[in-house]
Amino acid sequence: MNSFLGLLIIALILLVLFQVGRALDMINALRSEEEIKERNNHLQGTLFLVFMVLFLFGSIASYFYYQDRYLPEPVSVHGAEISFMFFWTTVATLPVFVATHIALFWFAYKYRNVNGRKPYYYSHNNRLELIWTVIPAAVMILLVFQGMRSWLKIMGDAPENAIVIEATAQQFQWNFRYSGADNVLGKKTVKNITTDNQMGQIWSDKANQDDFITQELHLPVGKPVLVRINSIDVLHSFYLPHFDVKMDAVPGIPTQFWFTPTTTTAEARKLYDNPEFEFEVACAELCGAAHYNMRRVAIVETEEEFNKWAKEQQPTYKALGLDEQELDNDKRIVEKEESEVNQTTDSSTL
Amino acid sequence: MSTSSNIDTAHTIAVHDHHDDHHHEETFIQKYVFSMDHKMISRQFLITGVIWAVIGVLFSVLFRLQLGWPNESFPIMEALLGGWAEGGKLQPEFYYALVTMHGTIMVFFVLTAGLSGTFSNLLIPLQLGARDMASPFLNMLSYWFFFSAGMVMLVSLFLSTGPASGGWTVYPPLSVLEQASPGSGTGMTLWLVSMTLFIVSSLLGGLNYVATILNMRTQGMTMMRMPLTIWAFFFTAILGVLSFPVLLSGCVLLLFDRGLGTSFYLSDIYIGGEPLMNAAGELMQGGSPILFQHLFWFLGHPEVYIVILPAMGMVSHILATNSRKPIFGYSAMVLSIMAITVLAFLVWAHHMFMSGMNPFVGSIFVLFTLLIAVPSAIKVFNWIATIWRGSINYTPATLFSIGFVSLFISGGLTGIFLGNSTLDIRLHDNYFVIAHFHIVMGLAAGFGLFAGVYHWFPKMFNGRMMNDTLGYMHFWVTFIGSYCIFWPMHYLGLSGVPRRYFNFETFETFNAYGDLNQFISTAAIVVFFGQFLFLINFFYSINSGRKSKTLNPWESNSIEWTTPLNAGHGNWVGAIPPVFRGPYEYGKEGMHVRPQVVPDAHLDNQDEYLDGQGLK
Repeated sequence: MNSFLGLLIIALILLVLFQVGRALDMINALRSEEEIKERNNHLQGTLFLVFMVLFLFGSIASYFYYQDRYLPEPVSVHGAEISFMFFWTTVATLPVFVATHIALFWFAYKYRNVNGRKPYYYSHNNRLELIWTVIPAAVMILLVFQGMRSWLKIMGDAPENAIVIEATAQQFQWNFRYSGADNVLGKKTVKNITTDNQMGQIWSDKANQDDFITQELHLPVGKPVLVRINSIDVLHSFYLPHFDVKMDAVPGIPTQFWFTPTTTTAEARKLYDNPEFEFEVACAELCGAAHYNMRRVAIVETEEEFNKWAKEQQPTYKALGLDEQELDNDKRIVEKEESEVNQTTDSSTL
Repeated sequence: MSTSSNIDTAHTIAVHDHHDDHHHEETFIQKYVFSMDHKMISRQFLITGVIWAVIGVLFSVLFRLQLGWPNESFPIMEALLGGWAEGGKLQPEFYYALVTMHGTIMVFFVLTAGLSGTFSNLLIPLQLGARDMASPFLNMLSYWFFFSAGMVMLVSLFLSTGPASGGWTVYPPLSVLEQASPGSGTGMTLWLVSMTLFIVSSLLGGLNYVATILNMRTQGMTMMRMPLTIWAFFFTAILGVLSFPVLLSGCVLLLFDRGLGTSFYLSDIYIGGEPLMNAAGELMQGGSPILFQHLFWFLGHPEVYIVILPAMGMVSHILATNSRKPIFGYSAMVLSIMAITVLAFLVWAHHMFMSGMNPFVGSIFVLFTLLIAVPSAIKVFNWIATIWRGSINYTPATLFSIGFVSLFISGGLTGIFLGNSTLDIRLHDNYFVIAHFHIVMGLAAGFGLFAGVYHWFPKMFNGRMMNDTLGYMHFWVTFIGSYCIFWPMHYLGLSGVPRRYFNFETFETFNAYGDLNQFISTAAIVVFFGQFLFLINFFYSINSGRKSKTLNPWESNSIEWTTPLNAGHGNWVGAIPPVFRGPYEYGKEGMHVRPQVVPDAHLDNQDEYLDGQGLK
């Protein structure tokens, strides 16, 4: 009922405006055309000037008004590169934004056709056009140059000592597999997925025997981490907003992102003055109805804390009791698996 | 068109089908339904586009209600959507369906067909001095394929499993696997069928536009004397003709994956509790979801220029006409459209920096993407130089053109952030992107569309004018309101808020903006209802608008204003007037108007000359 009334009121307002418009047109028909034209030009030109002031003030003031809600400075080493790029791109674009808008709206006001204004015939100026071609081109090339440098650095090979973690996406959750003491992730295939073996690990691969799976992403501070990202169903995107980390999870094509966290969760809680604060893991590529719900927590801790935590985790291989099973039986499964498998998490597309 | 120069009446022209037994009387169906007159087809495109725009924008208002007030229930939602909004609360599945349909409808049906289809059809023959398109029949087919595409999409809205809901980009595997999302069932099939029909429509239209522009210009209308509108339509058509087929191939492979058991886009998938097997009982392997993204964006990126170039052309034309000055740097404007067209083909993968594509490939796309800012900047500077020291007459079309320039600047500059792959790590798929492309492509193109409608309304509807006052009100509501909707989205982006989230409350990081989301949604509702100022004005004025006192209400130089009122199929009665100069010589030698059709010798007595030629 309320919404019906609301619509009715809107309809009435529209009707009134429509009648006002018609009435003004009829009144105008009595005036001389030149007079109406000048009145309109004066009013609309002036409105642009008013708009210019409000728009430039509003757009810049609102930026500062919401400032405390933006993501804080990234808590990863490469995030500083991105902030640097962001700053210089702003330096290159903000003056253009302000200057072109002032010119546009000021001219719109100044050169409105009133008092029989005569236009100035001016069809082109090659030198001027050359200047405003060359300057943007030069600025763009600087931005491209710096952008490529940072990009290739961030996307480049991970350091040898990076801790290898795997993030696997599925509708609608993230799971993390740690490579254990050998720092090598075991091979896996979606054909092996069962309720017990949710990653589809191939047990014949010895590298799997110390791999453990968690639902919390634990990261050691100050150590490079290489996250191998993959999905078992549709596209997802591994997204750590505070760390400036984002990469699609693609079924069949493993992707990766390496980074170095710089702040522990405990430090962040103090820094942001929020004792409940957690780093969050999200999905940034539409993956179905519960896309908005793929939350996990990322915990950054000191290296000692991390190592201690890792030691406490039980590898799936052990949890399933596979290490105690008969060797014969094990071997038979192994041979069957090996004949069928050709997709592994180790294959790189890069 | 030398063949038609000796033909006397519009009813016996070469392009017209001869039905002697009809005495050239067109039946209702010939005139209003299966019309081959480009003017009628342009009206069909426009009115269909306007209807789709109302649907598309209404969808956005519905999902904005969800984003603004995620815990409220809206009885109106249940009344409109039934089971999809049980108890007045939108279901997530249908939220994504609404988002998908909003994108598809606005990009393809409204801004491609409604904008480019309408004005290419109206203006190409009229501004070039042609009786009709090169093939009026294919032109008619182009509209009816578009109409059918729309009907198929409309049907998909009423399926029990809902329409396609994987986003307007329909990325596989989500769009292939019914198990992954109900919208990937029949809804997705109909989406693909609809898009196929739409692509056919686009190709028929585009080929026709190119053929007409190259071959059917009137005597004296050299390429460099064409209005910038025509240059824009020309390159738009080339973009469409070269890139839509690639989307078609992408869609066909997607159909194969869905129906024929192929795996172009599928590999190593575990869904619905089992691994995805092929017919031979083997695991589906070897496909690449990234391949689809390449095929999609090879159209998808040129598509944004297909949308914006016609708007640029019309804005250039309107700004010159209403500032009473030549467009500043005509040649530079033509060259920059050309440069944008070439570069438009070389930037598609900037949508895919974070897709898992090889990062080295990404860096090449950064280069071309940022380079496209150069011709765009030239155009902006030239528009500003055009109004400088002009004598600006504020028609509603002028207002929307100046609004267009402002939006193009605001949205274009944020493109410099997003086109840089380094920054895309932070900004990809978050609200900064939503703000960017809605401002630079959605709003700017929409403003171009409004400018075009207000400016050429008298040409489209037999000398009727739209109401100026309502036009002014419509502009200010839309201009201020749209900035209120999309400007704050930059701030959501700076907080890392991802796009396509049904609800932000799960994440503490993304949940800081309840108040701002309500503000945005309120602005969206106001702007939506503000559009009725346009709709009422538009439909009322078609039959009852004030009659223009002259054939040429804006004192324009270009030749479309020399055709008679109620012009029949064939546009000019008698010979098509030849052209003696470019369209933008406003104010040259102190002369207010220098019509293209008046020879130098008669410029001083142009009124008598035009009268004598039957062009006034």
